[in-house]
Amino acid sequence: MTIVEKILARAAGRDTVKAGDVVEPRVDLAMSHENGALVINQFLEVFKDTGREPVPWDPSKIAIIFDHRVPAESPKTASNQKKIRAFVARHAITKFHDIRGDVGGICHQILPENGYVRPGFVVVGTDSHTTSHGALGAFAFGIGATEMASVWTLGIAVNVEVPETIRVNVTGRFPRFVGPKDLILHLIGVISAQGANFKVIEFYGETITRMSTSGRLVLCNMSVEAGATSGIVPADEETLRYLRDEAGVKEKLVPVTADSDAHYVRVVDIDVSSLEPQIACPHTVDNVKPVGQVAGTKVHQVVIGSCTNGRLDDLEIAAGIVRGKKVAGGTRMLVFPASGRIYQKALAEGLIADFMAAGAVVMNPGCGPCLGIHEGALGDNETALSTTNRNFKGRMGNPQSEVYLCSPAVAAASALTGEITDPRKGTGE
Amino acid sequence: MATIVLKLGDDISTDVIYPGRYMATVLPSETPQFAFADMTQFNAKLKAKEIPAGSIVAAGKNFGCGSSREQAASALCGHGLTIIAEDFARIFLQNSINLGLHLVICPGFAASEGEEIELAKETVVNKSSGVSFPILQLPRARQAIIDAGGLIPYTRQRLLASTHRAP
Repeated sequence: MTIVEKILARAAGRDTVKAGDVVEPRVDLAMSHENGALVINQFLEVFKDTGREPVPWDPSKIAIIFDHRVPAESPKTASNQKKIRAFVARHAITKFHDIRGDVGGICHQILPENGYVRPGFVVVGTDSHTTSHGALGAFAFGIGATEMASVWTLGIAVNVEVPETIRVNVTGRFPRFVGPKDLILHLIGVISAQGANFKVIEFYGETITRMSTSGRLVLCNMSVEAGATSGIVPADEETLRYLRDEAGVKEKLVPVTADSDAHYVRVVDIDVSSLEPQIACPHTVDNVKPVGQVAGTKVHQVVIGSCTNGRLDDLEIAAGIVRGKKVAGGTRMLVFPASGRIYQKALAEGLIADFMAAGAVVMNPGCGPCLGIHEGALGDNETALSTTNRNFKGRMGNPQSEVYLCSPAVAAASALTGEITDPRKGTGE
Repeated sequence: MATIVLKLGDDISTDVIYPGRYMATVLPSETPQFAFADMTQFNAKLKAKEIPAGSIVAAGKNFGCGSSREQAASALCGHGLTIIAEDFARIFLQNSINLGLHLVICPGFAASEGEEIELAKETVVNKSSGVSFPILQLPRARQAIIDAGGLIPYTRQRLLASTHRAP
């Protein structure tokens, strides 16, 4: 069995399952953000006229993290957040992260750094980038708000078809200024935005074994941009180290690994030793080119952060490039750490001072400009270069603008020149 | 007979169907005003009720890719649109089934805006070109939800059938 087959077999109380089977797995963690307001609405609708008390099946397994619009940008959002706080208090939901500088942040960082996700878990989230949590050896997938209301009611995901799995083998050492973001953009370019639709991607190889959990989160985060239901990195020593040392998990952890005769519908081999920095060009994530092909493109706004690339190692790379230099005139550089905890570490390391001295604006943790709903919108005919995960038309709030996606190294080097720049040349050194 | 009122290509994202800046609006009764909000002319026709229920939006592959926002499905549902595409992204397909938005999976479907089509159980016939295209059935795993009239009534049935809920 593949990893997802093993996880779903256990969660459905069966010895074996295979791709195509329909199962109803118990859910180990159910995550929502501000769209919890819609989940609550649908949840109450389920219980309407049933005579049953609308109580979630297990409040200890529900996580709610405010990140999409923090602090609230409008009375409507503030009222949605208020409604959620009341529900959280009423049902004693403890995995709740309000708008706070100490424990707040983006859901796809808050779940890992608090040890909420464990190897072998079934995780559902009302956010498409829930795929991120496969980085810890879990099966984690995005669902809609009504489906979450069903999970809150029944404690299971109803009628789940066991997905097929694509195996990606990664070998080689990354060249300087090339990393996990370039790997996943390259993979999406190779298999296309539909290449993994309804499938899981398992990541293997020496490059993955050496990769930090932070890098693995980048791979799994963006697996959904190839259509994947989930990305999964098999839990290993690094996973256990991260969960014990960084997330403070005390309980016994049991990695789930694939059988040697597991069936894969496709195998993709990638050698990263000669990989160049990759750029996803407008308006699809699979429109991927090596940086040299788009170098020189004028950039009005550089964004570093998000659930994809807002972690400490990302900020270290970017700060290392801009330290002692200045963001180009006519270009805005916005930095969004992924959580309050990361923000505080970046402060302690002096990274925030480096960014500000260079002319960058450091914002509070949150989804920020990534999806164009809150702040950092683009003007007509402006171009953004961003470490986020989507470049769809209108993504940053303006259909008359363009978004290019890249790594933190490319973003930082480009902020200094005001145009898309290869960090391996000139300013990056 | 139904008219194709909008023809789109591949990889139409939920950012196009329902732009992120309207996500604070969540209720299915309120989301339809923002359907295809950035396609201003089409959105204006929808809001002016110039598009009759049952009209067709035709698209290529991977319709509804991207965000899990359920507003993308509820907004289209509110206008009574039917979506015919070569295939759909997973979460959008699921949300649409859950909310009762009519989706038709039709590989190879070719038609232009303004053309009339006839929607049968197993085929779509383009009345203008005379060509008929086979329909792929929705995932069988979800049939029970469709039969129940959506995920809310389905979950309610399951809740009432259970003496206790999953531990």
